[in-house]
Amino acid sequence: MSYLEATDLVRSYEQSSRGLFRKPHKFRALDGVSLKLEKGTTLGIVGESGCGKSTLARVLLGLLDADGGCVTLNGQPTLNLPDTQWRALRRSMQLVYQDAGGALDPRLRVRDQIEEPLHIHNLPLDAVERILVSVGLFSALADRYPHELSGGQLQRVVIARALVLDPELLVLDEPVSALDVSIQAQIVNLLMDLQRDRGLTYLFVSHDLGVVRQISTRVAVMYLGRIVEEAPRAALFANPLHPYTRILIDAVPKPDPSLRRTTRIEIGAPPNPADPPSGCSFHPRCPLATARCTVEPPALRDFGDRRVACHLIKETV
Amino acid sequence: MFWFLTKSLRAVITLLLVVTFVFFVLRLSGDPTYMLLPDDIDEATRTFYRQLWGLDKPIFVQYLNYLGALLQGDFGISFRNNQDAFQLVWDRVPKTALLTGTSLVISLVIGIPLGIVAALYRDSWIDRAVMAASVFGFSMPNFFLGILLILIFSLNLRVLPSSGSGTWRHLIMPASTLGISFAAQFARYTRSSMIDVLNKSYMRTAQSKGAGTARRVNLHALPNAAIPVITILGLKVGELLGGAVITETVFAWPGLGRLLTSAVASRDLAVVQCIMILLAITMVVANMLTDLTYGWLDPRVRVGAKAGSR
Amino acid sequence: MTDTTLVRRRCHALIRWFSETPLTVTLAASFMVLMLFVMLFAQIIQPYAFDHIDLMNRISPPVPLQGSTLMHPAGTDTLGRDLFSRLLVGAQTSMLLALLGTCLGAILGITLGFLAAHKGRLWDEAIMGLVDFQAAMPWFIVALAVLAFLGNSMVMFIAIMALYGWETYARITRGLVLSAREQGYALAVRGLGARPRWIYLRHILPNISGPLLVQLTVNFPSTILFETSLSFLGLGIRPPMTSLGQMLGEGRDYLISAWWLAVVPGVMIFLITLSMSILGDWLRSKLDPSLEN
Repeated sequence: MSYLEATDLVRSYEQSSRGLFRKPHKFRALDGVSLKLEKGTTLGIVGESGCGKSTLARVLLGLLDADGGCVTLNGQPTLNLPDTQWRALRRSMQLVYQDAGGALDPRLRVRDQIEEPLHIHNLPLDAVERILVSVGLFSALADRYPHELSGGQLQRVVIARALVLDPELLVLDEPVSALDVSIQAQIVNLLMDLQRDRGLTYLFVSHDLGVVRQISTRVAVMYLGRIVEEAPRAALFANPLHPYTRILIDAVPKPDPSLRRTTRIEIGAPPNPADPPSGCSFHPRCPLATARCTVEPPALRDFGDRRVACHLIKETV
Repeated sequence: MFWFLTKSLRAVITLLLVVTFVFFVLRLSGDPTYMLLPDDIDEATRTFYRQLWGLDKPIFVQYLNYLGALLQGDFGISFRNNQDAFQLVWDRVPKTALLTGTSLVISLVIGIPLGIVAALYRDSWIDRAVMAASVFGFSMPNFFLGILLILIFSLNLRVLPSSGSGTWRHLIMPASTLGISFAAQFARYTRSSMIDVLNKSYMRTAQSKGAGTARRVNLHALPNAAIPVITILGLKVGELLGGAVITETVFAWPGLGRLLTSAVASRDLAVVQCIMILLAITMVVANMLTDLTYGWLDPRVRVGAKAGSR
Repeated sequence: MTDTTLVRRRCHALIRWFSETPLTVTLAASFMVLMLFVMLFAQIIQPYAFDHIDLMNRISPPVPLQGSTLMHPAGTDTLGRDLFSRLLVGAQTSMLLALLGTCLGAILGITLGFLAAHKGRLWDEAIMGLVDFQAAMPWFIVALAVLAFLGNSMVMFIAIMALYGWETYARITRGLVLSAREQGYALAVRGLGARPRWIYLRHILPNISGPLLVQLTVNFPSTILFETSLSFLGLGIRPPMTSLGQMLGEGRDYLISAWWLAVVPGVMIFLITLSMSILGDWLRSKLDPSLEN
């Protein structure tokens, strides 16, 4: 049994009807997502905007309800729990997301906010000093207000607050996307150090392949609410199987022009999630699409320790 | 269409709540046959009313009977002149309408232009003067203003009558008293609404197209600025009626307000209940009209479909 | 830092504050501080008991005018009662009632607003329905009716005053809470495992207290006018008690013979409402410069 296991997660949204007679539009942000996460590793989730990766992050944490499927943490189910159990579970899993400043109360000092989880769960406060040191924040900085800190410092504060309860799982949703590139590197390194020192398990959601490549053990690629490919990091980047993954990796600017593939595949326009294509949802943008792809959605199949959802990938890989 | 039905439903519910409120307060205050009928009425009539209102029946039946009576326009009989309450009240409506109508006109005629001018010359001495005047205007208690006016114009200068009604001379002081506070409020709302609109980008577009000030103000700014002001207008009807009660009392203007205060003082409950319910109907209708006008004026509201946010 | 330097810094800060605030606001604030003083110490300051009768000096006008006496600088009424003392006690009564009414109304409205925002659905509909009902009727007229039906006792009057304006607090609180709840930090603290009450009291309430405070100062003048209007009509505070409105109502009968009996209390009411309005405006502009209007 893996540390974190998700099976067939489904979450739909309903767009309210525009008229008296049109039925409300339902679209699936998560369309049957299954994954496994081993303790101490990092699963990177990549995809374009609207593919459902942020929704996935929040459903796994229990911050959003799932309309179908289940999630277990250490074998215990985590979805649709009663309030008390849900609150107790917060000590095992926390979220860090993009808007660090927005995640903090502008009226309280930073130190008070890092202490807050300990107050909420009636725990002693001695962890705070150690945490500040681990995330690289001076004690003096902790006595300031959020508006007095830089973006990078704020993200460290948020990470500190997330870790003060000593969780095992950290879900990170675009944690560095709003930061300067140089600061990004610092925070990513910090996260990796923390993982090593504390044995943390990460779910790292991002649209930035470069960062994902640095921090992940395994990488999953999402498209329109489904996982289309999942593989160990090196294998995915060296030999992407799914056409969409190939396009994504091609789209990352490479410093050495001679390394560019001779045939550039255009990435095309992102789809409308409310009106998904039939069959394989990628087929309108896929340069290799066949007739079968327009009718039959491909299943996520295992190939060794990789999974791919594409009709064109044969067994001999 | 659907929206209109919901609004009507809410209006009816509000009205029902008011009527129920009055019903219970009435029952709490004592035996209605004593409250709603003159003391010297004979036993036969009292028994008649007792039966009519079903006072020996369970309270729910009484409530239904009460509703029925109201719908037939039967509010009871006024103490003072042994007159039917409804008739007494209805006779006074034109006077109050005249007073409130004139006050409203005065307040709009003074308030809106001042607000526009203040917005156009923002931060100048004109603006500051208008703002100061408006703060004075709505801080002044209207009963005090009325008394001051009487003191100056009736008792000292002797140019205007201090009470009664009948000529424009009688009307001018009460209407001004009632109107000043609202003029002040309208000036402020108009000013802030105009400032908002003037700052919007479509005004600069108009300016860069070469439109002159007058055209910009009249064609572009005013209609958009009018929208919030009209909404406020609807909301102020209640205050206007409340203010009318006091103003009529101060100036002995023979309208509903004066009737209400004397009825309250003499505990003439039939009249009080009648005025209350009539007022509720007026308010509800005014609110609905405001909503309708607002919807008609602002096309964004009309489209109305909510974005599916969670 | 030595004591003297600290004191000097504080003085500088105070002077800077004074010079930065407009003169009108400073005057208004000073007047309200004076009123607060009166409200607390009227019984100590007053030269005479407010119902002390001095028939020798009845109907004497305020000091600069002919026929006045220095014993009663603000004048006397038909029973020779000192107007200044009555003014103090009247102001005290009006202020206390307005304060009580405003606070009770605020507490009621804010609580209901929180409930509506927190519980949602049926509670929200019910509470907003009550808000609509309250907003639909001019409360002044409802108060008249209730006073007529149920009699005019002190408890009843305070209850009526408490119910004046609660719906504005409820509406504002509900709106503010709904939007504050969606703020990042509110969601983040929920993710830390906090109970709703923790989030409301520790995060949401402090962050919405600004607009609520402004609403309090905006409501206060209206509450004073509400009480004085009712007392003026003889339906609120009645003799032997006195309030500013009651004095004005009494004085109205003597406009010809003793105009100061009505004018002096009236000016007092006007100054109180004016000061609070100025303060309210200034607070609102300090709170959110973009709402300068």
